[in-house]
Amino acid sequence: MLLEAIDVRKLYGTFCALDGVTLAVGPGEFVSIVGPNGAGKTTLVNVLSGLTSPSSGAVRFRGDDVAGRGPVGLARAGMARAFQLVHVFPALSVGETLAVAITSRRGRRARLFAGLAGDRQLWDEVATVASVFGLDGALDRPARTLPQGDKKLLDVASAFALHPEVILLDEPTSGVSTGDKHAIMEVLVKAAARMGVKAIIQVEHDMDIVFGYSDRIVALHQGRVLADATPAALQANDEVMATIVGRTVSHMEPPAARTQPLPSKTGHPRPDPGTPGPLQ
Amino acid sequence: MARVIAVLLGVALLAAPLVLPRYQITLLLPSFAYGIALLGLNLLFGTTGLLSFGHALFVALGAYTAAYLTTGFGVRHFELIVVGAALVAVVAAVPVGLLCVRYVKIYFGMLTLAFGMLFYSFLYKFYTLTGGDEGMRVLRPMLLGQPLAGLNKVDFLTGPFYYYALALLALAALVMHRIVRSPFGLCLRAIRENPEKAEALGVSARRHRFGAFLIAAVFGAVGGTLLGVPTGLADPLLAYWTHSGNLVFMLLLGGFDHFLGPVVGAIVFIFLQDLIMSLTSYWRFVFGAILAVLVIFVPRGLLGLLDARTRASA
Repeated sequence: MLLEAIDVRKLYGTFCALDGVTLAVGPGEFVSIVGPNGAGKTTLVNVLSGLTSPSSGAVRFRGDDVAGRGPVGLARAGMARAFQLVHVFPALSVGETLAVAITSRRGRRARLFAGLAGDRQLWDEVATVASVFGLDGALDRPARTLPQGDKKLLDVASAFALHPEVILLDEPTSGVSTGDKHAIMEVLVKAAARMGVKAIIQVEHDMDIVFGYSDRIVALHQGRVLADATPAALQANDEVMATIVGRTVSHMEPPAARTQPLPSKTGHPRPDPGTPGPLQ
Repeated sequence: MARVIAVLLGVALLAAPLVLPRYQITLLLPSFAYGIALLGLNLLFGTTGLLSFGHALFVALGAYTAAYLTTGFGVRHFELIVVGAALVAVVAAVPVGLLCVRYVKIYFGMLTLAFGMLFYSFLYKFYTLTGGDEGMRVLRPMLLGQPLAGLNKVDFLTGPFYYYALALLALAALVMHRIVRSPFGLCLRAIRENPEKAEALGVSARRHRFGAFLIAAVFGAVGGTLLGVPTGLADPLLAYWTHSGNLVFMLLLGGFDHFLGPVVGAIVFIFLQDLIMSLTSYWRFVFGAILAVLVIFVPRGLLGLLDARTRASA
């Protein structure tokens, strides 16, 4: 398993944001976390990415406990995340932003006297990553001048530039028009294949996106896992669908929208998608 | 544009002793010292986004190192004094920096202020070690192994020492230029812009801020060694908080988002101070007014003004 949560509880005072969540994500999986507002989705991503520590239970990344390693340690170990609210470096250009990630990945953060401008390899890679995300026309633009959608892409692109094994995305398509959402998802899947990302975990509200791209869907409700199943299995479960979507979804497209597999899928057998979890 | 300013400034400073009266040349000496110290301060403020109100601590440390080495240990080689001051600065900056970089914004500023005042009190009260309010003498150093004993003080200061200080400033600027444009410098700017995002990309905000703090301390102390030579004195007021305030003033005056802003700020400040002090004894009042005008109308400093000009004409 790449990333697993074992009976994770998170209390904020007396409010129980996560109430015994168990979850495992293996290589080659694209997992979506869904659920109504306040279900604990963002808390789960924060716990999985080591940003907040669970009140009880454990989170393991490649078998090692995530607790206390912090975002820096985890980013270096191969787990990256992009935030729900757009996080960019306002005054840094698109190229510089990607250069930060690539420099970090190459372990050159502390190089004091190495020239940055003359590092051909670095800027070639910056250009490559930018072109995957369609940002190659804006390399010299400060991030603050980008349109909102491109800021979001830059945020995600910089996380991908770390070449992480696992990437956690908190609503990668929020604030983006429906037409652009599919384009963004296509870019994400393509980028994952290109950069050796083995698993994507995303929080997402748009059910078209969720059912179109996920291998597995984890439905949260009031801090518990309501269901953990393939899109097809989940669609058959009217009760769960009613809770997470608020309506039955019969018109959903089958999960065939994705055009490219994640990289490890070619080499490894597809992990068991699991069966629908019991209703809580 | 930046390159043009650098070349013009360099040529002007090289030619200054041939053109300007000697008094003006002696005024340039402290501005070179401050220029070096401010290059360090600006790595913290302009690049990393941390405003220190205690940078004078390291300037004073450099001046006292020069005093100790020349009077106490008979070390006259200025190269050794510079290296010694840099080492002392690192030793002092490690504990101070480890504490200070845990905080940001006003808390960082206040903590650096507190450490500066602690050091001032130490210099002021520990008479036997530091000479108390009388300070310590800084003897004339040897430059590149040359004793230069035949020269009178003014000849020494306006001749060899002037060019030595200018060379040291140029060297400091080249080193800092390299640092700012290195991967390390890029990470510092990323941290200034968004520390949370930088950490998500595997760049530790605290470690990088600590690194910047150490470098700033070294530049402060190296500047401090130059400061003691013209006056022949290291005195506790060098560590006083108003001195730190002056450093911040110089930075705002020159422009903190321009690489040479610190150097220009230091030079303009010293000449402005000399001019206003010769006109009125209320020079602090005038300076306060200038600072207010600066912050309101020219927040990016003199070089920022120049940038705006070129952009408007382009």
